[in-house]
Amino acid sequence: MDPVLFKVILCLAVFAITLGIAAYSTWGERKVAAILQDRIGPDRAGKFGILQPLADGLKMFMKEEFIPAQANKWLFILGPSFFMFTAFMTGVVIPWGGSVTINGESYPLQIADINVGLLYLLAVVSVGVYGIMIGGWASNNKYSLMGALRASSQMISYEISMGLALIGLVMWTGTLSLGEIAAQQDAGYANVVYQPLGFLIFIICAFAETNRAPFDLPESEAELIGGFHTEYSSMKLGLYLFAEYINMFISSAVLATLYFGGYNFPFQHALGLGDWLPIVQVIVMFLKVFGFILFFMWVRWTLPRFRYDQLMNLGWKVMLPLALANIFITGLVMYFTGKLG
Amino acid sequence: MALTNRSKTVSVRQMTLAEKLYLPAIIKGLSITFSHIFKKTPTVKYPEEQREFAPVYRGMHVLKRDEAGAERCTACGLCAVACPAEAITMESAERKKGEEHLYREEKYAKIYEINMLRCIFCGLCEEACPKEAIFLTDRIVPSSFTRGEEVYGKDKLVEPIDARVDVSKRQRPEVLEFKKDKRHKHNLTYLDKQPTIGKGH
Repeated sequence: MDPVLFKVILCLAVFAITLGIAAYSTWGERKVAAILQDRIGPDRAGKFGILQPLADGLKMFMKEEFIPAQANKWLFILGPSFFMFTAFMTGVVIPWGGSVTINGESYPLQIADINVGLLYLLAVVSVGVYGIMIGGWASNNKYSLMGALRASSQMISYEISMGLALIGLVMWTGTLSLGEIAAQQDAGYANVVYQPLGFLIFIICAFAETNRAPFDLPESEAELIGGFHTEYSSMKLGLYLFAEYINMFISSAVLATLYFGGYNFPFQHALGLGDWLPIVQVIVMFLKVFGFILFFMWVRWTLPRFRYDQLMNLGWKVMLPLALANIFITGLVMYFTGKLG
Repeated sequence: MALTNRSKTVSVRQMTLAEKLYLPAIIKGLSITFSHIFKKTPTVKYPEEQREFAPVYRGMHVLKRDEAGAERCTACGLCAVACPAEAITMESAERKKGEEHLYREEKYAKIYEINMLRCIFCGLCEEACPKEAIFLTDRIVPSSFTRGEEVYGKDKLVEPIDARVDVSKRQRPEVLEFKKDKRHKHNLTYLDKQPTIGKGH
């Protein structure tokens, strides 16, 4: 098979799967919320409400497309498109499984194994906030602007800790490539064993970066009437909501790859799966991702929202020193275990 | 000096390290929500499942027929008098020859209307009725688009001959017995109120 053709197929598959999972995350979120609150949740569209995402999508398309008169029209449209675009971009560097062998040739199940994958990831994630900022600013609405401002300051505060938490991981693994980080965890333990504090900081920052509860201040329904998407309607609103679920999916995939062994699972070579191993690995990877998505939802329906000053305090006075301490501790451990070489 | 027993001591205690970490509290919260996964949902899926009404539920009225299928109501107007919401109006008419199978007594209600928007479903009409003609049932008054539709006439109130409405929950033997008890003032009908003339004052 032509490697380019394989890449195209892989791209399309990742795109479709991301869309599908994001769509069903909306359904899953409502079901999880319902179960945690002793309710039933959506169950009218199809069995167990399985067609709910389709109905929701249709509803979004049928709604009136409204652009406020005082809004900057182009930026208003650019906002959600940009947010969606950046949400998809992060999926490129994630290794979904080992290499598949077709007719003696091996193809990696990763769209692009760039050697600075982690940097790329951080860069794209930080660009992602522009979608919210542009949308909130272009709406010409106080609530939207407040939401956008909150989103930006939150992103900036938590990105630093996130990056610093990753430095500990990079020091330990000695690589910036996600493919390699995943492959390294084949032997030995998953990185979470070596970087528990880094993992904790990273997952908290991931909550903040995806604007999920308890850090969902940018959109806080009660105080900001939806925040940055107050003025949005129809599918443009749909894109914002949808991109958030894509972000959650990608964050879960990144968490699984970096800290939870990626597509690897214990005793995978001892089972004698042969050529089926990569397929099983993909399934394992997705199970891990679903686990994290469920955890995201579980947390959302448990914790109340932070107050704004609490959020900033946590970001700058707790997360940042902790992340720095993590680097220091990692360095010490590496020095004393002789891993420094 | 405490004026009430509701005073509370205010504390400016700093949070302990465990509290500052948030994590123990978060884990506690997560375990609480987790435990709810195994709890039963109290939801009743309404159109498919319907919750059973209480035995004393008072819903839409019915004008009963007797065993032979003749209307019991004689348009005496006691229900209208008893009604605190003034929701009941009626017009009486005299039974003609050949209508004996339709109306039980010589006088009957030509028009009998209950305004369901005024009705408070208190059940006093049922209590006032000397002929066991009106009962509140466990049927729901459906909603409508206009106010006019909510004024129910005999077409909606009188029970159809082929589809009798069960009122055994309201017309229990104890209730029937109670209604005969003349010690209670509200059980007295005009027949019981003997004229006081001639007895001497």
